[in-house]
Amino acid sequence: MQSLKAGHLDASRWERRLQKELMSLMKEPPPGVEVDGDQAEQNLSLWTVHMKGAEGTLYEGESFQLQFKFSPKYPFDSPEVTFIGSNIPVHPHVYSNGHICLSILTDDWSPALSVQSVCLSIVSMLSSCKEKKRPPDNSFYVKTCNKNPKKTKWWYHDDSV
Amino acid sequence: MDSEDETLYDEVDSGNESSGDEVDFPMEVEGNNPRERQSEDDYPFEVLSTEEIVQHMVDSIKEVNMVVEIPATTTRILLNHFRWDKEKLMERFYDGDQEQLFAEARVINPFNRNSQVINRPKPNRRQSTSGTEECEICFTVLPNSLLTGLECGHRFCMGCWCEYLTTKIMEEGVGQTIACAAHGCDILVDDASVMRLVKDSKVKLKYQHLITNSFVECNRLLRWCPSPDCNNAVRVHYVDARAVQCKCQHVFCFQCGESWHDPVKCHLLRHWIKKCDDDSETSNWIAANTKVSQYNCNRYDEEEAKVARGAQEKSRAALQRYLFYCNRYMNHMQSLKFEHKLYASVKEKMEEMQQHNMSWIEVQFLKKAVDILCQCRQTLMYTYVFAYYLRKNNQSVLFEDNQKDLESATEKLSEYLEREITSENLADIKQKVQDKYRYCESRRKVLLEHVHEGYEKDWWDYNETDSKPNAMARLPVIEHPARPNNN
Ligand SMILES: [Zn+2]
Ligand SMILES: [Zn+2]
Ligand SMILES: [Zn+2]
Ligand SMILES: [Zn+2]
Repeated sequence: MQSLKAGHLDASRWERRLQKELMSLMKEPPPGVEVDGDQAEQNLSLWTVHMKGAEGTLYEGESFQLQFKFSPKYPFDSPEVTFIGSNIPVHPHVYSNGHICLSILTDDWSPALSVQSVCLSIVSMLSSCKEKKRPPDNSFYVKTCNKNPKKTKWWYHDDSV
Repeated sequence: MDSEDETLYDEVDSGNESSGDEVDFPMEVEGNNPRERQSEDDYPFEVLSTEEIVQHMVDSIKEVNMVVEIPATTTRILLNHFRWDKEKLMERFYDGDQEQLFAEARVINPFNRNSQVINRPKPNRRQSTSGTEECEICFTVLPNSLLTGLECGHRFCMGCWCEYLTTKIMEEGVGQTIACAAHGCDILVDDASVMRLVKDSKVKLKYQHLITNSFVECNRLLRWCPSPDCNNAVRVHYVDARAVQCKCQHVFCFQCGESWHDPVKCHLLRHWIKKCDDDSETSNWIAANTKVSQYNCNRYDEEEAKVARGAQEKSRAALQRYLFYCNRYMNHMQSLKFEHKLYASVKEKMEEMQQHNMSWIEVQFLKKAVDILCQCRQTLMYTYVFAYYLRKNNQSVLFEDNQKDLESATEKLSEYLEREITSENLADIKQKVQDKYRYCESRRKVLLEHVHEGYEKDWWDYNETDSKPNAMARLPVIEHPARPNNN
């Protein structure tokens, strides 16, 4: 007990946690989700996750890329998660610059959540979408926001959409 | 002003006797004897230092625990939930649904630890038969004894708890409402657990500050002294828009925390301050570019506004009117800011006069004059806020006459204080200054009493206080699930 230090996870524990997360995501990925294992092995703090639009949803046949950035304070600090690449899903919670309005990525983050649970949340967010459209304030937000979506103070009004 | 009468406090001050100590609030407290203060018009209050605030919090918990037998840590969370209103807590505790009460306050019911009425996530123990358990945060397998948790049953290793709490306290500045580390669990971490799990004394100290601050902020009967660098709080018996004076000498309104602002009411002052903030750019420009005659008149000429035709002229007239009152308000505020300079110069004069064979007593009138001058300026300053919102009627005309009287008397007094005083003219000056400040004092009293009477008899009508819509307010309101609020 005395050996435990305050602050963030020490490097080896941070690494072990991310390594374990990576392994389990590679072994048992949620449907339509695939992590770029080689890239993550090279740099544990930056992952790319490929995501396929689920069958029977508005995004069927599309594929997207998610970027996860982990600070040294992960998992006490939430990961920075954005859509990247040429195809950003058109969704009322996804801005055209890839920023996602999802409460577990900021306010409701818990260190007991994981990359896996974030992926599942995003898959379900896309799957439950009834109309493909951008957030109404998209252009204003994209022009004025900080590069880091975690710097945005989001108003989470409805998580069911 | 100070009274040693402690009977008023018997109900809340449990004194210094330490009982079987059910309360283990982990802050060190010095014993003390709070001294009661009283404002001139019988509004009892008390100034508390940081240590006294903590003592007060501990006393409040003890008091509830004498009636309700639950852990002190739970009591603190419950009391905080009810904004430290003991009566409300007791009422809900005995009359309402207790299960619901504990759920709302985000603690496990201490009488029924197994109940899980609310949909709180079930702890999923990754427990093996070998007496080890995996921490869900760092994924380390550890002996059961190294994992711990709250009553909700979510267990993590001590190291992860410590890091989790440290992040919440140091980075996010959360003290009172740190939830369990499990996702979706809203059970609050009690203070004893925080103090047990956090090792760094800097973090502990910050946590104590956060807790004390939230105690003061949510306790209706407490208010931090708004003076910068002052760590005292003022405690009252009931909330009212009354003047209280901190030990640092600052006098403020208990209800709104602004400097004491008689005769204007808190809500109008708040509206005014917001207006000044919103319009500061415009008014600064205009003030710099327009010459407004000062002191010749305290009443804005409404006729000018009446002839204004067309939207542009009207808005210009409205702005002129605002500037008229704003200028006078700012003038007095500005003069008050130089208060300390005035005191310094008067002190010099007094010393000089004492060297010319005048007694200490003989020269005290000067200090008294400055005191009264400052009081008058403070009152006058807020009369312009009052007047800005006031709608014209017979009483408002009388009010403006009173204001005018006080205004000119105050400026006269100010002038006298700037005059050279020699041993030859001393007697004469002294007489004049004393007459003037007595006059000022009486005029100030008359003005305030008249406004107060108006409040009682409902004489005062106000102009619209809804501020004109600003650019933001005119934007359409978008019903949108994901509206970012960038700042
Ligand atoms: Zn752990
Ligand atoms: Zn929990
Ligand atoms: Zn003070
Ligand atoms: Zn007030």
